[in-house]
Amino acid sequence: MAMTSGSPAMFGTAGPAAHQIAVLGWVLTIISLAVLLVVSLILLVALFRQRAARADQPESVVIRPNGSIRLIVWGGIVVPAIILICALLFTLFVQSAVATPPATPVATIRIVGHRWWWQVIYTAQSPDQQVVTANEIHVPVGQPVRLELVSADVVHSFWVPKLAGKTDVIPGQQNTMWMQADKPGIYWGECAEYCGLQHTHMDLLVVAQSPADFRHWLDQQRQPPPPPTDPVTATGERVFTRQACAACHTVGGTPAMGTIGPDLTHIASRRTIAAGTLPNTPGNLAGWIANAQGIKPGNDMPTMSLPPGDLQALVAWLETLQ
Amino acid sequence: MAIATAPTAPVGKLARTWETAPGLYGVLATVDHKTIGKRYIVTALVFFLAGGIEAAFMRTQLIHSNVHLLDAEEYNQIFTMHGVTMLFLFASPILSGFSNYLWPLMIGARDMAFPRVNALSYWTFLLSGVFIYTSFLIGQAPDGGWFAYVPMTGRTYSPGLNIDFYALGLIFITISTTVGAVNFVVTFFRMRAPGMSLNRVPIIMWGTLSASVAIIFALPALSAACVMLYFDRRFGMHFFDAAEGGHPLLWQHLFWMFGHPWVYIIVLPAIGLASDMIPTFSRRPLAGYTFVALSTVTTAILGFGVWVHHMFATGLPMLATTFFSAASMMIAIPSGVSIFAWIATIWHGRPVFRTPFLFLIGFIVLFVIGGVSGVMTAAVPFDWQLTDNYFVVAHLHYVLIGINVFPVFAALYYWLPKMTGRMLSERYGRWVFWLMFIGANLAFFPMHISGMLGMPRRIYTYQAGLGWDTVNLITSVGAYVFALGVLLFLVDFFRSLSVGPEAGDNPWDAPTLEWSVSSPPPPYNFAVIPTVRSRHPLWEGRLDEEYHTLIGSGPVLDRGRETFGTSALDSDPFEILQMPEDSLWPLILAAMMTVTFYGLLFGVWWLAILGLVLVILSLAGWCWPKLVREDEMDLLPEEG
Repeated sequence: MAMTSGSPAMFGTAGPAAHQIAVLGWVLTIISLAVLLVVSLILLVALFRQRAARADQPESVVIRPNGSIRLIVWGGIVVPAIILICALLFTLFVQSAVATPPATPVATIRIVGHRWWWQVIYTAQSPDQQVVTANEIHVPVGQPVRLELVSADVVHSFWVPKLAGKTDVIPGQQNTMWMQADKPGIYWGECAEYCGLQHTHMDLLVVAQSPADFRHWLDQQRQPPPPPTDPVTATGERVFTRQACAACHTVGGTPAMGTIGPDLTHIASRRTIAAGTLPNTPGNLAGWIANAQGIKPGNDMPTMSLPPGDLQALVAWLETLQ
Repeated sequence: MAIATAPTAPVGKLARTWETAPGLYGVLATVDHKTIGKRYIVTALVFFLAGGIEAAFMRTQLIHSNVHLLDAEEYNQIFTMHGVTMLFLFASPILSGFSNYLWPLMIGARDMAFPRVNALSYWTFLLSGVFIYTSFLIGQAPDGGWFAYVPMTGRTYSPGLNIDFYALGLIFITISTTVGAVNFVVTFFRMRAPGMSLNRVPIIMWGTLSASVAIIFALPALSAACVMLYFDRRFGMHFFDAAEGGHPLLWQHLFWMFGHPWVYIIVLPAIGLASDMIPTFSRRPLAGYTFVALSTVTTAILGFGVWVHHMFATGLPMLATTFFSAASMMIAIPSGVSIFAWIATIWHGRPVFRTPFLFLIGFIVLFVIGGVSGVMTAAVPFDWQLTDNYFVVAHLHYVLIGINVFPVFAALYYWLPKMTGRMLSERYGRWVFWLMFIGANLAFFPMHISGMLGMPRRIYTYQAGLGWDTVNLITSVGAYVFALGVLLFLVDFFRSLSVGPEAGDNPWDAPTLEWSVSSPPPPYNFAVIPTVRSRHPLWEGRLDEEYHTLIGSGPVLDRGRETFGTSALDSDPFEILQMPEDSLWPLILAAMMTVTFYGLLFGVWWLAILGLVLVILSLAGWCWPKLVREDEMDLLPEEG
């Protein structure tokens, strides 16, 4: 995914929650490697320290037990207990530090896990101010957002490694978390809890942009797309609303009100399709419509057999849904 | 009760009494713990190979981005079966195999407490494994992960038979594990030779006892969860259905209340095996025996207080997660105690570098790596990053390969000569060790890094450009190297059967009782019942011990299948137990259970009910009282 800012590594973080966790992670990693090193060295010394001295003894020698208890008590109880208590205290400190955001969240985003895509709802007081999109979350840089995580079907887990730890998305309960990006960029996210056949293809992008750009994006998402202006796109809209597409998908300003699949009102403004499976290009979009089951077997999108003209017109119209 | 010295003991009569009948009847009806133990080990190793083949498929699929050897459904079935196989059909049964074979020989008894229950435990293990594997024949192997989270595994999202195989198969194998555990607990407290007080038993007994008690308390959670899952799926109940007042987290709690103790159940006996082998190759008794024995018990108990660390990301309250975080870190202390006891043993000993010892050194190193990565995942906020990514895969494989597979391979090299009478090859053994040790580290260390690079678990492929290709390539190569080591072991094993040097009674000059009898041991184990005076009966002379274990002379107990029943703490003999004859009932009962489970699987209710009736009839047949002659009244068997 060349479009994101590098690999989704949990180090090289881009937000305060992930950053503090990464510091904890580095400290624990260093302690762990130090313990491994020290224990391995003691073991090596134990193995080889008397080789020369006892090489001349016959194999049948049995050594009487002696002076071992101090090593066990210090090495096995005292020192580990001190290390573990320190690690635990630091852990509790970090846990309490990342429990709440540094400022009041500027937006509440409701994330609905579906097999196998993410519905993203920017909640608002009035329904017409609400924004619904999919698999792509825009956030303002330097400001925390609150996430409400619910599931439409099975257990998922929401994870954007560079921004925060994961939180499970569980049917029957609403989990909340907060997230903040400190640098503009595009961050890779994914479902981390095995959720069935296409768990693999349940990715998302977090687009962090300046607060002004974010406001602009939100305003734009609130507008219905422009009506078709030429015969090809008009055909495309007709194909969409008259074929099965409208049964599952919503496009604002048209009769298409389906709720099974992602809201496509601004599909052309999104960077990927099929939950991060493919970059959003006209070619990929046409390929997806014509062969959704070949690309992501088992997902709810049927493979549509449209006449080539209709498919071209449909894609042309979808490309206008900025 | 006759007292005899070994040369005068009526070994011919004893052999006739304890021998399994020749022919097919004997094969099916035997209750000899040695035969059952060997069957356990061989069957578990066959499942180990099956799980290994599944792993090889997975690693080939993930060797590079966008490889499509398997499709999504095939991959999901294979990773699920890899987990189910390794955890339920290999890791636990192989240890039961060693314990079954070794316990009576180590404690100077002639069999386990309930030989027929022992046979039942084996047959149900075998048949439940076969039951689960028949799912592949109809292409519907379990595909919900070994943890099978609802509602993904409910009927709505998983309408096939896949999860029914899983739920019923696990209930089935739970029967095997539970009856086996009861047998170990009773054997531990009742069957030890006179004088083998609690502080003189080999550590394997403490390990298996701790694990067995944990099994008795942990497995009901799994059985209950699987019964609920089956009822939800088959009868439309709503235990886990949030829309109808159930809750998916109920499954997770029940599963991990079982699941975490299970981790300790499949490592504690292996820790015991290691603790009994390390002294032999250090040429001294174990340092801190009491520490190690108590740390296995402590671990088993603490193991019940850490299950929520599998659920840190489920949105539980902070206070709850911090408690489990603290408990999960502190459980490292008993492990630290054991590790330093082994190191102290080696430090103050004179190490002899034979193949089993190499595996034991590898075991200590892998144990430390798996232990510290466990502490890392116990830190709640860091776990929010680590859980469900490849870091956890790395951690659990260090734990299971380190603390289960390596001690098991050490034990194979160490005790197979006792079982077969033939030594394995030192030259092959070194190759096997280095291939497995390098392979395991090459395969699993990079997984820590792929997890930190954001690679989630249970994905069947991944895109290019995420930075995951190189680490996955190294991991796959490591897996192949590891597999090569296992294959070489098989070559060595089959080679040893024909060309291996004779083992003799005690090829390692080891201190415990099983090495005082011939290799392989006679059917009756001991011609005379020993009277034990220390933890290391065969080293007493060289350790200048004041009291000496009586091995060559003592009670014969030859009026039928006899062995001592002794007191729980001091092992004072207070009765002579009459052990049961061979019997077909355990096999019949297990077969009738299989019929019942297939009836439940396919929803063929008449078959399920017929199977259940036959199960009850088999139990009745098993327990049917035998006519006892007047003069045998004082020899009434403990159980039929």
